[in-house]
Amino acid sequence: MNFTDIQFDNKGRLRHFLTIEDIPRDTLIQILDTAESFISFGQREIRKAPLLRGKTVVNLFFEPSTRTRTTFEIAAKRLSADVINLDAKRMSTIKGETLLDTVSTIEAMKTDMFVVRDAASGSAFLIAQHVSPEVRIINAGDGRHAHPTQAMLDMFTIRQYKKEFADLSVAIVGDILHSRVARSQIHALKILGVKDIRVVGPKTLIPTAIEKLGASSYHRLETGIENVDVVMMLRLQLERMEGQLIPSEQEYFHLYGLTEEKLKLAKDDVIVMHPGPMNRGLEIASSVADGEHSVILAQVTNGIAIRMSVMATIMGGSR
Amino acid sequence: MHKTNVNALLDKMAQDIANRHLNKPLLIGIHTGGVWLANELHERLELQDPVNTIDITFYRDDYQKVGLQPNVKGSHLPSDMHHRDVILVDDVLYTGRTIRAAMNEIFDYARPDSITLVVLVDRGGRELPIQADVVGEKIELSANQHIKLKGPDELTLQITTAET
Repeated sequence: MNFTDIQFDNKGRLRHFLTIEDIPRDTLIQILDTAESFISFGQREIRKAPLLRGKTVVNLFFEPSTRTRTTFEIAAKRLSADVINLDAKRMSTIKGETLLDTVSTIEAMKTDMFVVRDAASGSAFLIAQHVSPEVRIINAGDGRHAHPTQAMLDMFTIRQYKKEFADLSVAIVGDILHSRVARSQIHALKILGVKDIRVVGPKTLIPTAIEKLGASSYHRLETGIENVDVVMMLRLQLERMEGQLIPSEQEYFHLYGLTEEKLKLAKDDVIVMHPGPMNRGLEIASSVADGEHSVILAQVTNGIAIRMSVMATIMGGSR
Repeated sequence: MHKTNVNALLDKMAQDIANRHLNKPLLIGIHTGGVWLANELHERLELQDPVNTIDITFYRDDYQKVGLQPNVKGSHLPSDMHHRDVILVDDVLYTGRTIRAAMNEIFDYARPDSITLVVLVDRGGRELPIQADVVGEKIELSANQHIKLKGPDELTLQITTAET
């Protein structure tokens, strides 16, 4: 069995959200459209829909995260679910219990959905294989593998500003090697029909296999972002780097840091995205992060609507 | 094709609504047929506030059973429905479940002074204690029959019978 089989039930309905790979285009569009309807919830008197009333969602985070965990929590609560946050690093894994034992224990408390983040690639997949069929799993980032809801909120944000995917040029810049976000973004862009997908960064941070996914590599920022409609910056994951992958931080910023000056090479109406948290002055200049082309805060807002949409999509039709 | 003249029904319904002397009436059409009808009524009643729309997808009572419906249109309701008389418009009143869902959603936005339910067709078959205040036409249909409003350019009613 591979990653993609387990995401669907025998009627072809999406049951878990583990990776963008092999999700049909129509399903992705459906998730974006549904999220659109959830955007207005922020303005209502009662910011809740009753879809997940009586359901319990467990945020199981083995890696620290503020914005992803918070937006998942808000999303679940706006769908009327009860939410339990487990900072799993501090609990039983320290006492020697395995990942699956931890999950089984919480599942025995009659919970309906796990939102999982883990440093190991494939954890969410492993859990999805293990739990009973009515329990749903969302991958909130597994190692270097995938971060599908981040990619979907990025697609949503792009569509908000750019409309048609097919004609876009999109550059993903920075630490591609350690980035689960980049992998999910490339899958999503490809399925949604973007033809010009570029990955930009030093050779040491771009895996050679990336071109197989359908992206072309650039090693100079200036050529990589030339005439693009969208620049998606990545966080330089210093904590995951072993050995000398970048020169000094000053040197990296000089070569690959996104400054106002370099951004002029892109289209006039380019949008700049970043999944956060940002290393200001390392991969992105503050003036760009806070500048007129930045849609970074819109990404955060959209993250709630997208996560509501994903949860509502996989949870429905379970009886 | 059913030989109902939808326009004639709308004239009569608009008259019925006008006779109710509602206070600051606010039209809300239920997607999709209800929105078409609300637009027609809006013209006839010469109301100032624009037509609002409601999509009950997130309030359906069969979500657990069948899942999320595709093609969500979203709801566009004003935040200032307090102290207004709402006119809720749908094409066909059948089980009453759609209306229950729509009312639940409306109350998540605000507390209107009243809701008047206006439907083009009441086909019977209610499963909930919900009745319309203004009805264009009553058509008794059996469970294997299906009635649909076609539009939006020319509004016509279509009745089909499923082979059993």
